[in-house]
Amino acid sequence: MTPPLLETRQLRVDIGGRTVVDKLDLRLATGECLAILGRNGAGKSTLLSTLAGLRPPAAGTVLLGGNDVAALPPRQAALRRAWLGQFQSDPFGSTVLETALTGRHPHLGRYDWESPRDAELARDALRAVHLDNMEHRAVHTLSGGERQRLAIATLLTQAAPLYLLDEPLAHLDLNHQMAVLELFRGAARNDGAAVIMVLHDPALAHRFCDRALLVFGDGRTENATVDGILTAKTLSELYGYGLRQIDDGKYRCFVPV
Amino acid sequence: MLSIGMALTAGSLSIAPADIVAGLLGHDVTGADIVIELRLPRALAGFACGGLLALAGALMQVLLRNPLADPYVLGISGGAGVGAMFGMLLGLSVFGVDSLAFAGAFGAMLLVFGLAHGDGSWTQTRLLLTGVIVAAGCGALVALMLSIADESKLRGMLFWLMGDLGQAGQWWPALLALVAVLLLALPFARELNLLSRGLMQAQALGVSVTRLRYVIYLLASLATAASVTTAGSIGFVGLVIPHLVRLATGNDQRLLLPASVLAGGSLLVIADTLARTLIAPQQLPVGVLTALIGVPVFLFLLSRQPK
Repeated sequence: MTPPLLETRQLRVDIGGRTVVDKLDLRLATGECLAILGRNGAGKSTLLSTLAGLRPPAAGTVLLGGNDVAALPPRQAALRRAWLGQFQSDPFGSTVLETALTGRHPHLGRYDWESPRDAELARDALRAVHLDNMEHRAVHTLSGGERQRLAIATLLTQAAPLYLLDEPLAHLDLNHQMAVLELFRGAARNDGAAVIMVLHDPALAHRFCDRALLVFGDGRTENATVDGILTAKTLSELYGYGLRQIDDGKYRCFVPV
Repeated sequence: MLSIGMALTAGSLSIAPADIVAGLLGHDVTGADIVIELRLPRALAGFACGGLLALAGALMQVLLRNPLADPYVLGISGGAGVGAMFGMLLGLSVFGVDSLAFAGAFGAMLLVFGLAHGDGSWTQTRLLLTGVIVAAGCGALVALMLSIADESKLRGMLFWLMGDLGQAGQWWPALLALVAVLLLALPFARELNLLSRGLMQAQALGVSVTRLRYVIYLLASLATAASVTTAGSIGFVGLVIPHLVRLATGNDQRLLLPASVLAGGSLLVIADTLARTLIAPQQLPVGVLTALIGVPVFLFLLSRQPK
């Protein structure tokens, strides 16, 4: 049996001496989509970067494809998971295509230059997020939403089987929000990838993900199927604000009371 | 090449180009020793120093992720300055002054690294602040030594501080350092491209960020130390050249680093040639000329590219 793409064992995450996630056991197999929900500052992003192996856990282990991420060379880790951060910066400026091509880095040897095939992959990724015909634009001339889509294209260029997305919908307009969610769910369903995304909209989480992980910020987490856990009761407790659930066929939506 | 040719041709004593070529090839013609013993070493030292400074500047800008960083921002030239002034104050030989300058540069490098790395956080802001503070401290020490120095030594000290190739002892250590640092930096060039986009971003794409930053800090510091030891603190080459080259080649470090070396070396050779010919036989400190060229160019770039 192949090991799960991601597994955590008794994972603990601290921020500034405060434990935000404790004793987390999580398994993510190919084809699955997991949403992480929680209040601001609950530790969602920190948890996600810990899962990516970008910061060490306070206790416990994170396994990527069966190997402890702490012992995995950075390049090997980059071939197994792609991480989308909340902030992108480029103080020196570059073009859209150059930025998308950075995703090929873990696939190239130390002295290799990007090949025409790498450029083709990058162009495919740009097309997937509707940034084609923009490849020579300077990144600093893009709008916030276009930059976010460029970051997603870079992630697709990286072509790792596990996507860790921190607020992938930030700055996106409605139609691109849906397009991006469709894109990643398609990657999970059809290409054998797995996706973990930090979301702020429980309705979209319910619609596009299989499971949800609620992060309460005091060490407690809850993890179950979206149908079971995304209810008015648990979400009201999670956000500390009363919510009412409205069902519309197979979709579910939540409104503040 | 052109700039070196120009540097060989120009000088207080005019020598025909044909004689220069003949002299270089080993024939015994009038002025051959001037070309071989004086102008050629000086041009080579100038090229090496300019190249080292531009390379160190490009590396520092990526390391600190700050377009305003230059090789001196982390106090390395300050340390070298303190060492060199102390050597001159004691009346040491050129070799003694150079050794002390290198020791000072190395000391400042270790001091900044130790202080910035002390609690293991090793962030860009901490590194930058530590460097600026150490540089300020060195500046004060240099001012102190200038104020107690003899009149007779003052001119030499000032020239050193402003950057002067006339006192360059040997040309080969700097050239050797240039080749070594460039060859060591180039294999990391694509990783540097990623580092300039952020630490987490680079790490997520498979760069050993901590190791890369140690390597870059060490290489940039050594390049700066080698240049400062040879020619004093020549300003603006390290700051302006990477920006000029970036306008022409973009920010791909695989092109930017070697192109900066060529451009920096050429600029310094030209500036030095001007420095010793403009009011010949009087010589100007070359640092003054690079700054005079560099300041307007940089202000122009800054106003053109608001960040």
